[in-house]
Amino acid sequence: MTLLTVLWMLAGGLATVAVLLVLARIITGPTLIDRLIASDVMLTTLILVVGAEMVISGHTRTIPLMVVLAATGILGSVAVARFVSRAGAEPTGAQPDESQQTGAETALPSPEGGDDERR
Amino acid sequence: MSDAETVAGILDIAAAVLLVVAALLTLAAAIGLWRFPDPLSRLHAATKPQILGLILVVVAIALSARSATVLLLLVPVVALQLLTAPISAHMVGRAGYRNGDFDPSTLEVDELAADVDSAPGGELPGGAWEDEAAP
Repeated sequence: MTLLTVLWMLAGGLATVAVLLVLARIITGPTLIDRLIASDVMLTTLILVVGAEMVISGHTRTIPLMVVLAATGILGSVAVARFVSRAGAEPTGAQPDESQQTGAETALPSPEGGDDERR
Repeated sequence: MSDAETVAGILDIAAAVLLVVAALLTLAAAIGLWRFPDPLSRLHAATKPQILGLILVVVAIALSARSATVLLLLVPVVALQLLTAPISAHMVGRAGYRNGDFDPSTLEVDELAADVDSAPGGELPGGAWEDEAAP
C-alpha cells in the first residue's frame, strides 16, 4: 500500500464519517433550520467527494456536475428558508382577530387572506 | 526515476494531502453540527467547508490534472460557490432569527432587536415582521 493509497483512503474515511454524522443530524435535528443547515453541509460534502473522486480516478469528466451543484445548491436552502419564515409567523397568527381590532395602523388589504393563499 | 516522474509524484501526493485536509474540514463541520447548542451557531460550523474545502479540492484537481483547460473549467465552480454561499447563509440565518431558534443569552449584542422593536407589531419569535413581499 503506497502513501498515495493511504491518503486517499484517509480522505474517504473522514468524508464517510462526516456524512454519517450529518445524516444523523438531518434525522434527529430538532428544528427545520437544523435540518436545512445539515442538508447544506451534505450537499457541500457531495461536491467535495465528486471532486475527490476525480483526483483519485484521474479523470475530469464530472467537473460539469460540480459546476451545476455549486450553482443550484442555493435554490433549496433559499426556498426552504422562505417557507420556514412564513411557517414561523403562524403561531402569532393564532390571535388574528385581536391584532386586527387593536392594531388599526396595520391596515393592510387583508393580510391574512393573502398570506393564506400563498401558504 | 526521471525528474519529470519525481515532480509528478510530488504533485500527486500534494493533491492527496489537500483532499485529506478538505475531508477534515467537512468532518469538522459535521462535528460542529453536534457540538454547537443552537441552529444559528451550527450555521457558523456549516459554512467552513463550503468555501475553503471546495477551494482545496479544486486545487487538488488542478494539481492532479495539470491542464490549463481544466483550470479554466474549475474557476466557475469556485466563483459560483463564492456568490451563492453567503446568500443562502443569510437567508437561513434570517429565518432562524425570525423563528427564535437561538439562545439569546449566548449573544454578546443583538443589533437587530432594536429594529425589530421599532417596527410596527414586531415581536420575536415569529412576530409580525412586514415581509418585503407584502404590499
